[in-house]
Amino acid sequence: MLENVKSVILVLSGKGGVGKSTVSTQLALTLKERGFKVGLLDVDLCGPSVPYILNLENENIHQGTDGWVPVYLDKEQRLGVMSIGFLLKTRNDAVVWRGPKKTAMIKQFLEDVYWQDLDFLVIDTPPGTSDEHITVMENLRQIPQCSAIIVTTPQEVAIEDVRKEITFCRKTGIPILGIIENMSGYQCPTCNECTNIFSSGGGKSLAEISKLQFLGCLPIDVRVGKLAGQGLAAVKELPDSTTSKVFNDLVTVLAESIQNGS
Amino acid sequence: MSNVPENAPNHCPGTQSEDAGKASACAGCPNQNICASGVPAGPDPAIELIKNRLSNVKHKILVLSGKGGVGKSTLTSLLGHGLAARFPDKNIGILDADICGPSQPRMLGVRGEQVHYSGSGWSPVYVGDNLSLMSIGFLLGSPDDAVIWRGPKKNGMIKQFLSEVEWGELDYLLIDTPPGTSDEHLSAVQYLSGAGLSGALVVSTPQEVALLDVRKELHFCRKLGVRVLGVVENMAVFVCPNCKSRSEVFPATTGGAAAMCEELEVPLLGALPLEPLLARATDAGHSYLQLHPPASQTLAAMEQILDKIVAACESTS
Repeated sequence: MLENVKSVILVLSGKGGVGKSTVSTQLALTLKERGFKVGLLDVDLCGPSVPYILNLENENIHQGTDGWVPVYLDKEQRLGVMSIGFLLKTRNDAVVWRGPKKTAMIKQFLEDVYWQDLDFLVIDTPPGTSDEHITVMENLRQIPQCSAIIVTTPQEVAIEDVRKEITFCRKTGIPILGIIENMSGYQCPTCNECTNIFSSGGGKSLAEISKLQFLGCLPIDVRVGKLAGQGLAAVKELPDSTTSKVFNDLVTVLAESIQNGS
Repeated sequence: MSNVPENAPNHCPGTQSEDAGKASACAGCPNQNICASGVPAGPDPAIELIKNRLSNVKHKILVLSGKGGVGKSTLTSLLGHGLAARFPDKNIGILDADICGPSQPRMLGVRGEQVHYSGSGWSPVYVGDNLSLMSIGFLLGSPDDAVIWRGPKKNGMIKQFLSEVEWGELDYLLIDTPPGTSDEHLSAVQYLSGAGLSGALVVSTPQEVALLDVRKELHFCRKLGVRVLGVVENMAVFVCPNCKSRSEVFPATTGGAAAMCEELEVPLLGALPLEPLLARATDAGHSYLQLHPPASQTLAAMEQILDKIVAACESTS
């Protein structure tokens, strides 16, 4: 399984709505801009956001001779995407499934998608420490080149759930690359005053307490929010933004890791 | 799809299904003989048990959202405090059904409390004179403890929460849920089918990426026949504390909750602003209502939302 993938990156958070899908898509787009071949797998079955964010909502998955063919964002096929969103008839359809059915679907996603040769496979996950996560971990256990990025927002109520996710990673033995803090501050468009709507510094102190690398703070940037639905890379559209800097730095770290590893 | 045993294979049709014991997935399942024996599986006895246990609970409200981090738990705690303050003679209960990420103990300021198990069941933790809470957070040893459970175990916990908590007489039981349309939600709706659910309150934020998942939750309600009391839009506008100008942090590029509600024909109960003071109050476990914030839009909106919820609940009973 996934023999042709050099590195697998799981994007995790115990908390919902902290920006896992935004981080996953922007990370995948940044890697693509840097010339890597990337796959993006969305295992959030009840709330798939990746097709919308990348403006691929009306695309379909095809069955090829080697397995499911992912949806490609670009003609050169440098970014392939797989999500349950492509399998739903309408965008209002709900996937009302219990655990065992979700597990079977994720197994299929991991085993039956024909990704071709990939430098990176980014896996976007739903919040929690349950069926989806256990299934992904169990299946990726044999794959040595797998690591996790944890996303959080600064407030305590999010940090509390994210601590549980860190425990989950440690129990299942998956190495954590580091923590990204999202929604760190909001700059008023009128007076430029920065308000820490969801408090501040939570991600950094969590990284210190849990002895993990801190990968940076993403501010609340309405311009980045508006890229959702268009499938555009922040590093290309907003090259001077803090968001671009964080993703560029992160990709530099990742690029070194696969060069050293392989 | 109900009642999938823990040791069942992936495509288990469910012990209640007509295909039980006969589907191709059943080959090799240790339960196949029981399922195939054809003894008609009656309704889950827990439903009757829960009906009896909750016979003194007048209104049972599910707080739902397909999307995470939109404010389900914040709204639940606000509603709990709001109802408790509005009706000092009535009792309000909150059940935190988010098994993997329980937030209520922190938001209600009762972290670290213990629940006690007596002959009549678990006694919930009292936040105030007439507001009580039950959450898996009370059963964890440390805040780092993760609940790494698959669906069936989570369902068992929810069944226990519904059937074994000694709430006493309650006017409102608010059930806070995790995001999604899966085990926790299905179990809560099915287990409460005997006791009767007043309806669901659906929370959203204005941007399309959240609305997309909330539409799925409304579809879930429709599929399962759960009445939608209404939608609350959270984090709608942000008022800068410095210059007082209003801006949209999560822009409603597709018309926000209002457009979605019109499209799907569900009532919109109101919109709450993005309020840093509220975020701080929930982090610290203080009641936002008791902070008496001056000229608070959140409070004004909350009162209106409460009016509508109370009216909707009373109209059915």
